[in-house]
Order: sequence, then structure tokens, then C-alpha cells
Amino acid sequence: MIGIYLIGSVILAFLLFFVRKKALSAIFVGTFLVLQWGLTIHSYNDMEIVQWVYFMPDAFGMILLFVLSVIAIPAFYHSHVYFTKHPYTPREQGMYYAAMVILIMALSAAYISNHMAITWIFVELTTLSASALIYHRRSLLTLEGTWKYIFVCSISITLVFIGILFLTVAIQQEGFKDLTYRSLLNDAPLLSVFWLKLAFLFIFTGFTAKAGLVPMYTAGIDAKDKAPYPAAALFSSVLMNVGFLGIFRFYEIISRTSILPWANKVLMIAGLLSVFVATVYMLRVKNIKRMMAYSSVEHMGLITLGLAAGGVGYYAALLHVILHSFAKPALFFQFGQIYRTYGSKSVYDVGNYFKYNVAGALVLLLSYFVVTAMPPSGMFISEFLIFRSLFESGNLWLLIIILLLLTIIIWSFGKNVFKMLFIKPVGFDDTHLEKIHPSESISQYALLILVVYLGLNPPAILVDMINTAIINLPH
Amino acid sequence: MTNILLIAFAISLIYIGMANRLYTYISAIAFQGIILFGVAFIELIEINTVNLIFVLLETIVFKTVLIPMFLNYVINRNKITREAEPFLTNFVSVVIITGIILGSFLLSNTIHDSHIRKIFFVVALSALFTGLYIIITRRKIITHVMGFLVIENGVFILSLAVGSEMPMLVNIGILLDIFVSVLLLGIFANKIGDVLKEQDVSQLRNLKD
Repeated sequence: MIGIYLIGSVILAFLLFFVRKKALSAIFVGTFLVLQWGLTIHSYNDMEIVQWVYFMPDAFGMILLFVLSVIAIPAFYHSHVYFTKHPYTPREQGMYYAAMVILIMALSAAYISNHMAITWIFVELTTLSASALIYHRRSLLTLEGTWKYIFVCSISITLVFIGILFLTVAIQQEGFKDLTYRSLLNDAPLLSVFWLKLAFLFIFTGFTAKAGLVPMYTAGIDAKDKAPYPAAALFSSVLMNVGFLGIFRFYEIISRTSILPWANKVLMIAGLLSVFVATVYMLRVKNIKRMMAYSSVEHMGLITLGLAAGGVGYYAALLHVILHSFAKPALFFQFGQIYRTYGSKSVYDVGNYFKYNVAGALVLLLSYFVVTAMPPSGMFISEFLIFRSLFESGNLWLLIIILLLLTIIIWSFGKNVFKMLFIKPVGFDDTHLEKIHPSESISQYALLILVVYLGLNPPAILVDMINTAIINLPH
Repeated sequence: MTNILLIAFAISLIYIGMANRLYTYISAIAFQGIILFGVAFIELIEINTVNLIFVLLETIVFKTVLIPMFLNYVINRNKITREAEPFLTNFVSVVIITGIILGSFLLSNTIHDSHIRKIFFVVALSALFTGLYIIITRRKIITHVMGFLVIENGVFILSLAVGSEMPMLVNIGILLDIFVSVLLLGIFANKIGDVLKEQDVSQLRNLKD
């Protein structure tokens, strides 16, 4: 199936790139979605079975693949809405859809590959397709965003490669040659600690560019700002997950060795700094899209802290990854409607949104509650568990600092959101306002309900999957 | 022989540090390509022939000929001024790059490991940090690309150090090489060159909070 999927997606991307008819490209996108879901279901049935030598869906990859397949549907729907409202030439549309198909294909393949180098190749492919999406509008600012994204991601991906080379040195010393995750897990206790430390530093730093953590988070912020909003929704959820996947897979290997406490310290520092950076920028940022992007940085920081704290934190981190990937796209999809109403990204120009679009304003209000993890948001559960794991692992001071920073974030986020919802904008002319149909907000409501449902009442199958995914970590 | 080539590579890093004109950078990068060809030939002679030919072609055709030619083309087409315009003087650059090489040397001396040959490690690390240093301290966007190419060369040396037993990694490194260079240079030649008149990084400072 994975073979059919990869070849089929590449062919569909080619067709989408060359086709100029709207109906035809809709058919191709539909075919791709069928293919995507086919892969998801097939991989679920064939879990832990090696396909095509380098692919083996395990529980963690499967969870992320499922999240991606769910997000892909509203992403394509909103891309369609985007193109009906913003006139672009058929060629630009074709480029956009082709890049999005390739992006989703590369992400799926990276999730379910069982070989370090293969994951690496597909992560590199996401850089290429994402930059095509960022450059979609072809203005000077998008060019700047694209250039920065490509440059930072290229350096990061090189760092990951160097990390893999150091890991190779370590496994060659013991006479192994296999870079699949399964065999690396088995070999891990024998490997030289020095090389593993070097490898961890390089691989972690490299993947932070995708995961949106300190130190390489910058490129991702510009990317989410400049890309069209459906693409930005993918960037802030599933593309960040692929970075987290890279970190998680290597962390599993490290957790079998004696340097686990050291690696936890590295993760904690990165997580704390990410939340701190997010706080600082949330206080002063006035660009709505960048505000949402910094909120993603905060959540990735929390996830990293949960992973580092261990215990119940492992479960909480994975649950948080899932819930965040559903909640953040809802915000970005809603941003598309805000931009169509006000024609601006600045908080200063947006206001009194309830008056112009009730359904959309409710989405904004609810997703504010969901994203800042207030009950009944599912993220409340996962964040609470992360805090508990921090407490139980004896990091009380860290927990206090994080709670303070989160309070500031909730305040500054709320200040901007409530300004957008209730306070009248200055100098806004609402005479020729386009009425936005409430049906466009259905997908956002569905995603938000999903977050609440999965958090409050996680189905047994999801709990099982998460527990299987963290089975390799120490208990 | 490998040692001599690698030392020559390290010297070329210092040479980049004191270079003033962009063309000097390009010839240094081409020279590094030739050295990598030699090292790859000596190191990988045991792997299968098709793979070896692929690696050698990449070093000699891609790294030594195509990329420098393309850089030349970009500079001419976009009428970039020929000076590198560093933020720091060349003297400071040479001192710092020498310091980087010395630092990598001292660092690798702390490793007690019979499997990896230290000279590969020293030269690769030096190239990595020199590339980063060039990216940080040069004003033009094109010199950022050149700094990145130096990093790539360092990574290639590192992959040679482990690659004789795992040729797959060398191939993937090459893939990275070609992929990123084409992407970066392609964007540069087609887009940035057309849009920006002055090829200065300060032009790319509008995206911020």
C-alpha cells in the first residue's frame, strides 16, 4: 500500500500542477484524500509489519498519521474557499495544490518510516514543499519568509545529518550497521555515551526547526505568517509534529542508556526557553497570525517539558500533541474569515467581530478557551497531567515559573482576542462587507468538539495507542 | 595522502577567511571540490563501482564545476559588487578561523576512540564552524550560500569518515548536497536577484514583530 500511496501521490501532484480545470483538480484532490485515508486504514490494519523495507507503522506514527488525515480534509476545503475568494491564476493554484499534496505525502511517509535516514529524507522533502506554499503569494515579504525558512531548515537538516553520522560512528564501534529504530533500540545500551551525547545534541537542535522549539523556532514563525492560512494551519500542527517525531524517536533510543538524565535536562532547558520566548513575544506581537504561531511554540515547549519530566508526562505529552494539532488549525482556519472581513492581520484593525460574523466569532472565542487550556478543553487535562509530572519529578521551581509564564500568555492572548471580538475598530468601513456564511465555520466547530471529546472522554482505542507508543520509555 | 589532502582543505578554510573578493571564495570552493574528489577516491575505492562513480562524479562535476559556474553566473547576472564586505576585518577572520581549527583539534584530542580517524573529525568540525562563522559575519546573501556550501563540504568529509562501511550515508549526504544547493541557488538566481537591487541581508529584515 505504501508503494501505491507514494507513487500515486506523486502522479496526482504532477497532474494537479498541470491541470487548469477546476473540476478536474477537485477530482484529483478527492482521489488523493481517498488515497490518504486508504493508507491510514491499511497502515492501521498492518501495524508492526514491515513494508517496502523501510516503512513500518508503529503506534506513535499511526497516531500522527491519523491526525494528519483528519486535518487534511478541512485543509483542502479551506484551500478551496481561499481560491474562490482570492483570485489566483490556475497555474498558481495548481502549484499550491501540488505542493500541498507533496507536503502531506512526505509527512505521512516520515511518520511511518522505521529507518532514521528515510525519515530524514522525507523531512527534507517537507522543507521543499512547504517553501513552495510559503512563496505562494509571490511578494517581497513572502520571498523573505521563504528564503529564511529554506536557509534555517537547510542548516537544521544538515545538523540532523551530522547527528546521524555521529550515531553511525557509535554503532559501528559495536559492529552494527542497521539504522532502523527497532535495532537501534536494542543496541542502545551498548553504544558509546560520548557519541550518543553528540548525536543527541545535533539531532535535537536540527529537529527544533520543524518542531518550533528554541533555538531554531524563528523560521517556522515567519513561515506561518507568510503562508496562506490553510497551509499555515498545516504548518502549525502536522508539520510541527514531524519535528517532534524526530526528537521522540531519538529520545526513545537515549532512554535506554545511562545519559537519560542528561538528555532530560537538555529537553527541559529547551522547553522552558520555548515557553519563555513565546511569552515575551505574545506580550508585544500585534500580528494575529504570528500570535497564533507563538502560541504553538508555547505548546511545543510544554510537550517537551512533559516528555522530559517522565512518568505520567509521557502520556500527557502525546495527548497534548494530538489535541494541539486539532485545536490550532481551527484558529488558523478562522483567521481566514477574519482576514476576509477586515483585510488586515493587525490586531489594531480588527474589532467587534461578533457584529459581523457571529458563527466565526464564536469559533474564535471557543478556540481561545480551548487553546489556553481552560476546562472543558481537552488540553486542560493534558496540561494538568504535564504539570503533575513536573511536580512528581521534583521540578517544583520549574513548574512555578512555567505557571507564571502561562498566566502571562493567557492574559496577553486574551487581551488581543477580546479586543478583536468586542471593541470597535478605528476607521473601519463596514458598508461593503461580504457576509460570510456560517457553514464555513463547521469544520472549526468539528475540530474544537473533537478536542473537548478526546480530552474529557478519550476512547479506549486512543488510550491503548498512546500507551503502546510510550511502551519503550522507562516507567 | 589523505592526510595531506585534508590539511590542504583546512588551509583553504583559512584562505577563505582572508579572501576579499567573491571570486576568490568561488575558487576556494572549487578547490575544496577537487580535494574532496581525491579523498573520496582514496577512501571509497572498496565500495562497488557504480556507487563509486556516482560519488566521484558528484564531487568533480557538481562540487568543482557546476556550482562554481553557477555562482559566477548568479554574480554576473545580478550585478553583485565583487567585494565580500565582511562585518569584521580579514585579520580578525583569519585569527578566528585559526582558533576554530585549533579548537576542533583540541576537542578531538579528548576523544579516545580507535575507530574514527581524528583528522577527518578535526577538518569536518572546522569546516562546519567556519561555514557558520562566514554566514554570521558576511553582509551579502550570496556569501551566506557560500558559507552553507563550506558546511556541506565539511559534512561530506564526515560522511566519508564513516561511509566506507555504509555507502548509503554518503549517498544521502550527496542527495542533501544537490537538493539544497539547487534549491538555495535556484531561488537566489531567479527570485531574490530579480526583486532586490542591493544584495544585502539588511534587505531581508522586514519580517519581525
